[in-house]
Amino acid sequence: MKHGKYPLLAAFLLPALGLYGVFVLAPYAQAFLIAMTDASGLSNRYKFVGLDNFVALFKDEYFRNALWHNALLLVLLPAITILLGLFLASLLNVGGTSKRAVSGLRGSGFYKIIYFVPQVLSVAVIGVLWKEIYNPRSGILNSGLRAVGLDSFAGDNLGNPDMAFWLVLAVMVWANVGFYVVLFGAAMSSIPRDIYEAAALDGTSRWTTLFRITLPLVWDTVQVAWVYLAVIALDGFAIVQIMTRGGPNFSTDVAGQRMYDTAFTDSRFGMASAMGVVLFFFTLSVTLVALRLTKRERIELA
Amino acid sequence: MSAEKIRRRTVLGTAAAASLAPAGLLTGCALGSDEGNNQAEGEKNTKNPLGVKEDAPLDVVIFNGGFGEDYAKAHQVMYKESFPKAEVKHTAVVEIGKTLQPRFIEGNPPDFINNSGSNAMDAGKLVAEEQLTDLKELLDVPSLDQPGKTVRQTLLPGAVETGMFDGKMFILNYAYTVYGIWYSKKLFADKGWEYGKTWDDHIALCKKIKASGMAPWTYAGVHPRYMSWPVISTAVKFAGKQVALDIDNLVPNAWQSEGMKMAADAWYQIVKDKYILDGSPGLDHKQSQTEWCKGNAAFISCGSWLENEQAAVTPQGFNMTVAPTPSLGAGDKLPFAAIRGTAGEPYIVPAKAKNPRGGMELMRHMLSMKGAKDFTGKVKSLTIVAGAADGLSFTPGLASCVEAIKASGDNGFNWIYQIYYRKLERNLVDAACGEFFSGRSTPAEFLAACQKGADEIAKDASFKKYKRS
Repeated sequence: MKHGKYPLLAAFLLPALGLYGVFVLAPYAQAFLIAMTDASGLSNRYKFVGLDNFVALFKDEYFRNALWHNALLLVLLPAITILLGLFLASLLNVGGTSKRAVSGLRGSGFYKIIYFVPQVLSVAVIGVLWKEIYNPRSGILNSGLRAVGLDSFAGDNLGNPDMAFWLVLAVMVWANVGFYVVLFGAAMSSIPRDIYEAAALDGTSRWTTLFRITLPLVWDTVQVAWVYLAVIALDGFAIVQIMTRGGPNFSTDVAGQRMYDTAFTDSRFGMASAMGVVLFFFTLSVTLVALRLTKRERIELA
Repeated sequence: MSAEKIRRRTVLGTAAAASLAPAGLLTGCALGSDEGNNQAEGEKNTKNPLGVKEDAPLDVVIFNGGFGEDYAKAHQVMYKESFPKAEVKHTAVVEIGKTLQPRFIEGNPPDFINNSGSNAMDAGKLVAEEQLTDLKELLDVPSLDQPGKTVRQTLLPGAVETGMFDGKMFILNYAYTVYGIWYSKKLFADKGWEYGKTWDDHIALCKKIKASGMAPWTYAGVHPRYMSWPVISTAVKFAGKQVALDIDNLVPNAWQSEGMKMAADAWYQIVKDKYILDGSPGLDHKQSQTEWCKGNAAFISCGSWLENEQAAVTPQGFNMTVAPTPSLGAGDKLPFAAIRGTAGEPYIVPAKAKNPRGGMELMRHMLSMKGAKDFTGKVKSLTIVAGAADGLSFTPGLASCVEAIKASGDNGFNWIYQIYYRKLERNLVDAACGEFFSGRSTPAEFLAACQKGADEIAKDASFKKYKRS
């Protein structure tokens, strides 16, 4: 068996690596090169312009505005989603009222399903669904507000540049939080019950239990969640494209949307690729920073 | 826990690989290469004035949108009758750009394209990249079924103008579109309202409508550029066609001309006096049009595709009607009846097509009396062929368009900056309109924002500039 090991490994690895090379690495490399041309995407004529695209991008206030929104998302989306996810997961898994056994609230199985449902919907469905919910005339958000007499809060929703960004953010949190509830729940259920029992005997409060026991023991999962959410926050294109296309007045614009418009509305593939490259390095550095900052020794529970 | 490690490896590995990748090879396949194309050409004669090679296959791509694809198939059947040996390949897609961009880059585009829809390719850029065939030859050959006339002589005045770029005709805009203010004739008859021909009358009517418990206006808040049309129309009628010409030619301060100022000030009144349906800024075009059809608002700004687009939700007997924008006053340069009419729905023949003469010949068939009548009958839209709508029966909206065009006559006007510089209307003017009609900016700020957009385009060398006169 020993002699045949490498051919066997290669037989499994090479096709996958090959596909990865052709469909992931090569397009990345192409993007870097196209970013240094003035290619329009409508013909095969192009010339190399060096770093001109990047210089122009640096001065482009629309791109800056879009990146700013990505940066806001980068801070807010993981923070809100993780906090909410942790809170809900601990209610479902260790928040039960029974003093004797550590368990979730009553009906937690049902809630788990409710929270997880958005995860099985595609982004397109979520976007269209919420666009209708936010419809100022017939959407259930405003109808609900009016039904309880809060007419003055029933605004233009996605039509109002002061509100649109926050409404989109809310949808992103809604769409993502279910997955992290399940993820954190799985991590929590692997925490030995006797730790909680010991804490209960010492009379710790719920909050102390959450912050002193649960959180440190699922920290590993939290940092993975952080990185995933950061990557989602730096993208955000699909939901924005479906719900607002970056409007009104660029108030929900993200770098992905700007890149799409530049490539397909303005027919400037070179410039759009340059945006892609900027976003690539942005994502890369955010990921590295996040991994470094959250790095910690793993706690062995067994 | 390895999820984190894998993630880190992936990211680092990708970066490393990206920087090491071999250069020329990769751009080669992504950006295409230049290869000569043999273009089919046959002998010219009276039956075949464009010199189509009789057995050359014809590759046709149609936008499958509001007009569907049946009309195009009918045109192709006509082509087959003239050239029985030719094989016609018909493709109908929704995403024109995504489907065809790779073929343009490869240098292998189809022979005939209906470049339309929200994913259409940027016309100004296609021209700048020399990707389109000049259609001048088509205009000067004899019409297919109107003896003694060239194709050009069979068209409505101004029909070819929207496809002209620096004196060459690269786009055939086939359908004739009217832009105006729409209302329900039935509603107005029931309530005893009359469409106001002057701005003061319009505002007085809005006041009356609001008092009756109905909102006078709604608009596509998510695509507020629809409201730039009545504003510019008002300005053109007040100060003359030069207003539109200057905007198209990116003349400095064109958006802040006296006419535009008067128009913006006037339109600000419907914002200030809250004559716009609550929540409109958050509605998209379909949602706002549906509110209008449901009778929640009296007026909406749109083009003549509105009737087809709303067919499913328009109540029986709604009787939709288009009207020109009200005149600002007696001093207006153009009469009230002047309306924005333009050839729309673009068709192109790529410069690198294998059978460009076949593509033009198919256009010649479309522009025949028979082809045009068939189109109007099938899709309820006018064409640029003069007289092709005579004797056909119309739906109410289309009938009102025919009347409006007739009344407008030589006073009809148009602008095409959105064809030259798509971004300016779709992105920049759009955003400015959104702020203005939701009440967040003043008329002066609105025009300044539009001007800023125009200035950005003007100084950006990556946009090829076009001029018209």
